[in-house]
Amino acid sequence: MFEKYDVIVVGAGHSGSEAAASAANLGSKVLLITMNMNTIAQMSCNPAMGGIAKGQIVREIDALGGYSGLVTDKTMIQFRMLNKSKGPAMWSPRAQSDRVLFSTEWRRMLENTPNLDFWQDMVTNIIVEDNKVLGVCTAMGKDILSKTVILTNGTFLNGKIHIGSKNFGGGRIGDPASYGLTEQLKDLGFEAERLKTGTPVRVDGRTINFAKMEEQKGDESPGNFSFLNESRLTKQRSCYITYTSPIVHDVLKLGFDDSPMFAGRIEGTGPRYCPSIEDKIDRFSDKTRHQLFVEPEGWDTVEYYVNGFSSSLPDDIQFKALRKIDGFENAKIFRPGYAIEYDYFPPTQLKLTLETKKIENLYFAGQINGTTGYEEAAAQGIMAGINAHLKIKEKDPFILQRHESYIGVLIDDLVTKGVDEPYRMFTSRAEYRILLRQDNADIRLTPKSYELGLASKERYDRVIEKKMQSDELIKFLSKESASPELADQVLIEQGTSVLRQKIKLAMLLLRPQISLDHLIKMSPELKKYLDEKNLSEEVKEQAEILIKYEGYISKEKELADKLGNLESLPLKPDFDYHRLKSLSTEAREKLSNIKPATIGQASRISGVSPSDINVLVVFITR
Amino acid sequence: MNLPRSAFNKTDTICAIATPPGTGAISVIRLSGTDSLSMAQKYFNPKFKKADSELFESHKMYFGRFEKEQQIIDEVLLTYFKSPNSYTGEESVEISCHGSEFIQQKIIELLLEAGARLADPGEFTMRAFLNGKLDLSQAEAVADLIASQSKSAHRLALNQMRGGFSEKIKELRDQLLQFTALIELELDFSEEDVEFADRTALHELLNQLKSELSYLIASFKVGNVLKTGIPVAIIGKPNAGKSTLLNAILNEEKAIVSEIPGTTRDAIEDTIIMDGYRFRFIDTAGLRQSEDMVENMGIGRTYDKMEQATIILYICDISQAGKNELEEVLKEFKQYIEDEDKHFILVANKIDQLNEIPAHLKEMLELETVFVSAKRKENIHLLAETLVNKVKSKSISSDIIISNSRHYDALINALDSLIMVEKAFIDNIPTDLVAIDIRQALHHLGTITGEITTDEVLGSIFSKFCIGK
Repeated sequence: MFEKYDVIVVGAGHSGSEAAASAANLGSKVLLITMNMNTIAQMSCNPAMGGIAKGQIVREIDALGGYSGLVTDKTMIQFRMLNKSKGPAMWSPRAQSDRVLFSTEWRRMLENTPNLDFWQDMVTNIIVEDNKVLGVCTAMGKDILSKTVILTNGTFLNGKIHIGSKNFGGGRIGDPASYGLTEQLKDLGFEAERLKTGTPVRVDGRTINFAKMEEQKGDESPGNFSFLNESRLTKQRSCYITYTSPIVHDVLKLGFDDSPMFAGRIEGTGPRYCPSIEDKIDRFSDKTRHQLFVEPEGWDTVEYYVNGFSSSLPDDIQFKALRKIDGFENAKIFRPGYAIEYDYFPPTQLKLTLETKKIENLYFAGQINGTTGYEEAAAQGIMAGINAHLKIKEKDPFILQRHESYIGVLIDDLVTKGVDEPYRMFTSRAEYRILLRQDNADIRLTPKSYELGLASKERYDRVIEKKMQSDELIKFLSKESASPELADQVLIEQGTSVLRQKIKLAMLLLRPQISLDHLIKMSPELKKYLDEKNLSEEVKEQAEILIKYEGYISKEKELADKLGNLESLPLKPDFDYHRLKSLSTEAREKLSNIKPATIGQASRISGVSPSDINVLVVFITR
Repeated sequence: MNLPRSAFNKTDTICAIATPPGTGAISVIRLSGTDSLSMAQKYFNPKFKKADSELFESHKMYFGRFEKEQQIIDEVLLTYFKSPNSYTGEESVEISCHGSEFIQQKIIELLLEAGARLADPGEFTMRAFLNGKLDLSQAEAVADLIASQSKSAHRLALNQMRGGFSEKIKELRDQLLQFTALIELELDFSEEDVEFADRTALHELLNQLKSELSYLIASFKVGNVLKTGIPVAIIGKPNAGKSTLLNAILNEEKAIVSEIPGTTRDAIEDTIIMDGYRFRFIDTAGLRQSEDMVENMGIGRTYDKMEQATIILYICDISQAGKNELEEVLKEFKQYIEDEDKHFILVANKIDQLNEIPAHLKEMLELETVFVSAKRKENIHLLAETLVNKVKSKSISSDIIISNSRHYDALINALDSLIMVEKAFIDNIPTDLVAIDIRQALHHLGTITGEITTDEVLGSIFSKFCIGK
């Protein structure tokens, strides 16, 4: 019934879907197995993509030729560029999506991907021989063979849902959990641990009094996630902001005795940056109110998601407390919030390609690695898909560096440091965030992906053109001058000093108060140039950023280049660290365990000191 | 990130004192790297000037003054080694100066000013190795050297600082962490409903940080932050004769007993120079006043002292000590006895009260033992010799000058970065860009205080602010 596949992807969430798409688009024969064909790329938590650091990741996935950006653009109901008042490294796109459309669009795109088959079933076992994976066995009793297997089981492995004192098995509310796989992997020698996450109550919009809340509209000129996309949203739906109060907190406290978290029924660690409402009240007892975002679930639904009110307290308590909140006085709910515990495999058991160290050709991606978030999951998915394909074709692995992408930071962090709570990306995790901007993700990554054969010719040509045009514009601005007569008026208006003599436009742009738009007013030549060339906003923005922040960008580049040397000093995976008695005992242990691929990666392992690195340098230069 | 500068920066010019620490008659300071000669020349004024004083010949010695703005530091001999004919294979210079700590310190300071940086532990040898100057088979030895030197440098950095200053540095670290957390908060969590620090508050914090740093820099400059001397702890039960022994050592060597008033919390410490090496007896003030401390073996204070010490003298009254006490010592101090970096010596005191060495002591021979009579000053010279030999044979370092300069350098760099931060604030530069310089400051200070990681910054944010929708 089944042919032999190149790649089997287990799970069709954000990670599995990207994995299947990238491997298939590269030419591998792929089978995507999911327990439910109707919930492909389901948004199990809030109906939004992007945000600070996460938006940058989606742009990177898109630049590589993934689908997440395209699907988001097609299904979004609101777009905002966050942090616009900060520097360009912080600009972060975020979109509310239509939850149902999002899933449907993903399925449509996957169905239109060549080389990709589907099968609805539950994988209970993987077939392993001589520490090499050969395929999977399913609950329906099928043995399906494949050269590689990518596990993207999300929160489904031994998933357990908690609401108050009730708990039951499940991978997401309404969906059964997946059993058997963890136990088999443990038998194979893998370590498994538990994590926890949670989700809030969903409310009937017809019963919400929005007049008592603060409206949060989308951007006036909304942007996009995909570098391919130029169409803009013409209408948007708003989110609303409201707050809890001491009365709400008092009601919630009534349920604390039945809280699975406080009672110790939940063993898994939850994320500190995404606590449940009961956790917030408990830990920050002096805070009299907590902000809540009321997010629409789609164009045509009345369902709303109450972001910030995640809870596993008894459902009647959740309901009573909700009704004490401004705007929710008469609210009816569709479904209560809940907490979910699930198995994950500490990601230090992986190589930088996301292949497991123990079993050859077996890859893990997404929440199974202890991450949280659609974006983080999707990023691992696309990288696992690419690397599984390259492995079969016996080509060099595709590894992104920390200074070239958030995806590189993400995977390096996971594999090198492991996790002790669900891992979410923050810009502060990147050493060189000035280089990792959302505006240049395509310039950073598309050429690499094009070379692999994943990013399309169209993408590649666009990047080349964007780069060429912005370089030309930079050259023009560095050559052309502004005169005091034409510039001073604008400069005075912007509250900056007037000119004594002619000055290059690029120099003026260095002033924090002056933008490219101001320069246009000062220089007819520039206006003429821009009119003639008919440059896109993207190109202008690129040139402006590169000029304005040149000093900082080149400073970071220099630092990154220095460290780049270390990243290019390889360490053999079978290197016997125990032999090197000059290494500290801790370093020997950690290095043997993590098996870093380069000196650079070794230096990021906690417990490996600078002197240990020097010792390694001495040995590998032999 | 845990990066040694040496591994990726082979173009820097590095400097260090090449002769063993202590106050010998002369001392050699070594420079290696492309700019060695020009950096040394900056402050070197040769006595016999040739027509073209720029011309230095390789492997020849030049006599002259090391001076800054006509202020003479010392008269020195300078030798230039042209690449590749030097120890490291790079351009090198050796400066032979007089052995005073002050002079060495000053010369190192000037070289740093000229743009050199302090060599990491073992870095000269590492460069020699990487430049093919050493046999490949010597890799093991080179690695050992790097490891052992780093270890002793690290230990020094931790133990040498006077109490008050290590507190200050810790405070500084905490403040900088707090400052970073506030900055990162408004970047990564700008959408959160938390109170962001306004610029005035940040400015205040910054000023505070700067003044703390300046204070520390000034303190390092006058050299009263670090303790000198190889730390020796004398421990033992009451009436074992600890103070008598100390006085005996001081007498025997007719030692220079210096009293260094501690800047803040330290009381008085005795340091003496034996055979050119300076030893520091830890907490001797306490020892002198009373014998109160070791009523109970294993109390925290004793352990603290042993932590700090490189040499531990356990003194016992051999006329009283039974098998039990000695067995207890072996058990109780196992970790220190087995610690490769410490030297645990049993001092069997009061031999004047015995005719022969009791049999049970024979078993103790696995411990290095010196038999003395402190009261009669018998065999004290043997103990002194033992101490000196420890220093000579092993890589015990008391290299105060290097750690002082290293700290000084780190603080200066941290301050420079903070000045950049302040300037950026005034210019209204976006916070994410300012953060680059803050990270630099963290990095520099990290070399003294231990690394400040992103996880720590995030941890600080999550503990102080209610984050999360």
